[in-house]
Parts: sequence; C-alpha cells; structure tokens
Amino acid sequence: MWMSFWQWLGQRTVAFFREMGTVSILLYRILIGIPSIFRDHHLVLKQMLEAGVNSLPLVSVVSIFTGAVSAWQAAYQMEGLMGGLVSMNYLGSGVSAAIFIELSPVLVAIVIAGRVGASIAAELGTMRVTEQIDALEALAIDPVRYLAVPRFVAGWTMLPMLVVYSYLVAHLGAYVVAHFLLDVSTSTFFGSVQRSFSIYNIFSGLVKSFVFGGGTALIGCSIGFQTEGGAEGVGKATIKAFVFSSAFILIGDYVLAMILF
Amino acid sequence: MIEIRKLKISFNSHVVLSHVDLTIENGDSIVIIGGSGCGKTVLLRSIIGLIKPDAGTIRVNGEEITRMDRKDLFRIRKKFGMLFQGAALFDSMTVEENIGLALKEHTDLSADEIQKRVQEKLNVVGLPGIEEKKPAELSGGMKKRVGLARALIMDPEFVLFDEPTTGLDPVMADAINHLIIETHRKFNITSIVVTHDMSSAYQIADRIAMLHDGRIIFSGPPSAIKKSELTIVKQFVKGSGGLIHGFESS
Ligand SMILES: Nc1ncnc2c1ncn2[C@@H]1O[C@H](COP(=O)(O)OP(=O)(O)OP(=O)(O)O)[C@@H](O)[C@H]1O
Ligand SMILES: [Mg+2]
Repeated sequence: MWMSFWQWLGQRTVAFFREMGTVSILLYRILIGIPSIFRDHHLVLKQMLEAGVNSLPLVSVVSIFTGAVSAWQAAYQMEGLMGGLVSMNYLGSGVSAAIFIELSPVLVAIVIAGRVGASIAAELGTMRVTEQIDALEALAIDPVRYLAVPRFVAGWTMLPMLVVYSYLVAHLGAYVVAHFLLDVSTSTFFGSVQRSFSIYNIFSGLVKSFVFGGGTALIGCSIGFQTEGGAEGVGKATIKAFVFSSAFILIGDYVLAMILF
Repeated sequence: MIEIRKLKISFNSHVVLSHVDLTIENGDSIVIIGGSGCGKTVLLRSIIGLIKPDAGTIRVNGEEITRMDRKDLFRIRKKFGMLFQGAALFDSMTVEENIGLALKEHTDLSADEIQKRVQEKLNVVGLPGIEEKKPAELSGGMKKRVGLARALIMDPEFVLFDEPTTGLDPVMADAINHLIIETHRKFNITSIVVTHDMSSAYQIADRIAMLHDGRIIFSGPPSAIKKSELTIVKQFVKGSGGLIHGFESS
C-alpha cells in the first residue's frame, strides 16, 4: 500500500522534472530563435493581433468590473469594519494600489491564459495529431521558429500592453462606482489615486505581466507540441494548458511579490 | 544514395522494425509493399529523421542522419519531398500557400514567381484553379494531389510517397502513377513509394521491396517478385490476403 504511494510519488516527481526539462529546452530554442522575428514579422503581427487586439473586449469587461467591485468592496470595508474612521479620502489610494500591483496583472493574465494559452495548445495540438508539424519538419521548416517563436513573442509583448490598458479601464470602473454610487467627488477620488501613485507599483505590475505573458505562451506551445491521441488528446491538452498556466500565474505572482516587495 | 543498416524502431517495447537493411541507389524507383501496420510509414518517416531509431544507421549521400543535430538535419531534408499518407496539409493556409510555403521559406523568389510555380504544379497534378481554396474544402483525393504538388515544388532529389494513389479513382490513380514515373524520369528523382496496390507497384517500380515482420524479406525487380517462392510474398502478390501482418497480430 505505502510502497505504491511512494512509487506513485516517485513517478510523479520524475514526470514533473521531465516536463520542466522539456519546457526549458523549448524556452531555450525559442530564445535563440527570437532574431528570426524580423524575417517572420508577418507571423508575429498575426499572433499579436490574435493575442492582443482580439482580447480587448474581454479585457475591457474584466477590467471595468474589477475596478467597480474593488471600489464598492473597499468602501464597504471602510464604512463598516472601521466604523467610518477612515474617510472616503482614502478610497482612491487603496483601490488604485490594488489595481496596479495585483488585480490587473493577475486577472488579465488569467483571462489570457484561458483565451490565448488554451487556444495555442489546441491549435498546435491539432497540428501535431494531424501531422502538420511533421509536414513542417519535412519541408525543413523549424516548427519552433515558425510556430512557437511568434506566439511566445506575441504573448510576452501583448500582455503588458493589455495590462496597461486594463489599468486605465479598471480605474475608470472604480471611479464610476465611487462617483455615482458612493458620492465621492472627482477631485477627491483622483487626488487620492495620485497620493498612492508610484512608478514602482506600475513597474512591478509590468514585470509580472512580462513573466505571465511569456509563461502562458510557452506552456501553451509546450503542451501543444507534445499532444498525442487524436481529438481527445487535443481536448486534454487544452484543459492542461489552462490549468498549468493559471497555476503558473498564481504561484509566480506569489514568488514575484516576495522578490519585488 | 540512401543506405539503411540494421534499423530497429520500437514504440514502448512494441518492436515495429526489427532489422531493416535497404540500399536505394540514386535514380532508383523503389516500391515498398507490405501489410497494413507492418511499419512502412514508420520506415519512410525515419528516412527524413522524423522518428529516431533505437539502433541502426541511415546514410543519405554518405551522411549519417540518425545522430545528426537539427541544423544538419534540416539541410538534408531540403533534398527531400514527402507526401504524407493523410496529406497533412496546413489547414490554416490556402492551397497556394501550402504548396508555395517551402519556396517562400527557402528561396528568394518573388511572390509572382512563386504563384507561377504553384500554378504549374497544380496543373501537373490535374487541379488547376483551386489556389484559393482551403484544405477543408477539398476531397480526400484532391488533398492527396495537393500534397503531391507540395512534395514536388522544390524539385527534390529524393521523393517519399506514402500511398500516393489510395483514395483515388482508377483513372486518377493511373494518372498519378504516370506522374510519378514521369517526374522520376524527367528530373532523375530517386523515388521511394509505399503502396498496397500491386498494379501501381508494377507500373512504377524498378525494384520492389517487401516489408514483413520488421524486416525486408524480399527485394528485387518486378519480374522477380512474381517468381518468388516465399509464401508470404506469393500471397501478397496474388492478393489472397491471409497472412498479412496487421491481421495476424491483432
Ligand atoms: N507514434 C507512434 N506511437 C506508437 N506506435 C506507433 C506510432 N507510429 C506507428 N506506430 C505503430 O507502428 C506500427 C506500424 O505503423 P505504420 O504506420 O508504419 O504502418 P503502415 O505499414 O504504414 O500501415 P498502413 O499501410 O496501414 O499505413 C503500427 O502497429 C502502429 O501501431
Ligand atoms: Mg502507412
């Protein structure tokens, strides 16, 4: 009984490190392939459009409601728990810092993990099981260069841009709730935002989103390339990509918080 | 010249090829026959390094490819064209982009010139005017022929055809056989054709090799295979089935 548990644990551990090895090798091959983006700019632009521009509606919705709910919840905390000791003068500060450091980078990353990471895994997985990746190899075209590099570069560069956009939209959402529902004046709200504003918060949020964007695309590519077992395998790969990249984002967020603050 | 020596390939302890020795001279037209599931596709894929063997060597023009790094392998692959059994067209691309991709990636030809060559090849395979279609809009046989055009576009030195006529009507199958013979003669291509179809094999082959039980059990000119005394070869040639590997083992 115990023996089989240890066996199971051992196998899992070996599988985990093997997986990490595969991902590291892919990352290395992507990084040395990056100079090719100048030649392959049409491929990179296509992926940027897909990962970035086409994600805007979703990111807008997520961001505006994130801002709105955090303003509402912050006001509730200030009124109720602290017995009105903290004035609404601090509403903007609290909400804004949370948006810059945590909310926008993490939530946008998770939305992108679902939208872009999973679709990379599904697309490359389908290409793997229908021999299209072998066909690229047979034509002497490196699938890493042709498929993974543009997706990685797009994820890596577009996520920070989406996060910057999300900063603006989330603040707008928070402002709308504060102004129209909580009667906080425009100048009070933005004055408060300004007081807590620090370039370092933005910087740390962007560092996170670089890591999350690159990581999500890398995980999607790695899982997609290793797909086997027909349509069922593609389905599994899609789920796996989303689960792994979400876990990567949340754990990575914790690790980066330890490093950055 | 392609020299395969003591090739062994297995998947999770299931040995598919146990000991394959095969030499293909430049300019040869060799047909590989064998039952379903006997490893013909695996053999073709290993020749362009898509599958790494467990043991044995494959030399292409004297260069050992099984332990080559990727950069050299890509250099070797440029000498090859491959028609996949399932065509393996890129489904996000149009027919024209599929066929022209290698030209776009490996040459400096202008877009116009690429388009012209793609049209030529489409005419050759009997499918003019379908440049803008996506693979999903094509029938199985049309996909096969687009795959054939894609395999031939770089005028390769060696072409690997995995069942080029399966799924085609007899008239089209005959036309494709003639196309293979013609390209072989005209450009002095070395062609390696995998097929089930004995009449195609007789038409195309200078030499026929039969794969059975992980080995090449017969190799010789079409005239010799008809006289072979081996039971399995006889049965296969006469089409009486029975001992075909795939059925036997399953
Ligand atoms: N990637 C793989 N993983 C595991 N087993 C494989 C793989 N590829 C092929 N095989 C096995 O290798 C054997 C030979 O397969 P192969 O595709 O070469 O047959 P074939 O001779 O081309 O058959 P057919 O004429 O039906 O195309 C089969 O038993 C198959 O199950
Ligand atoms: Mg086959």
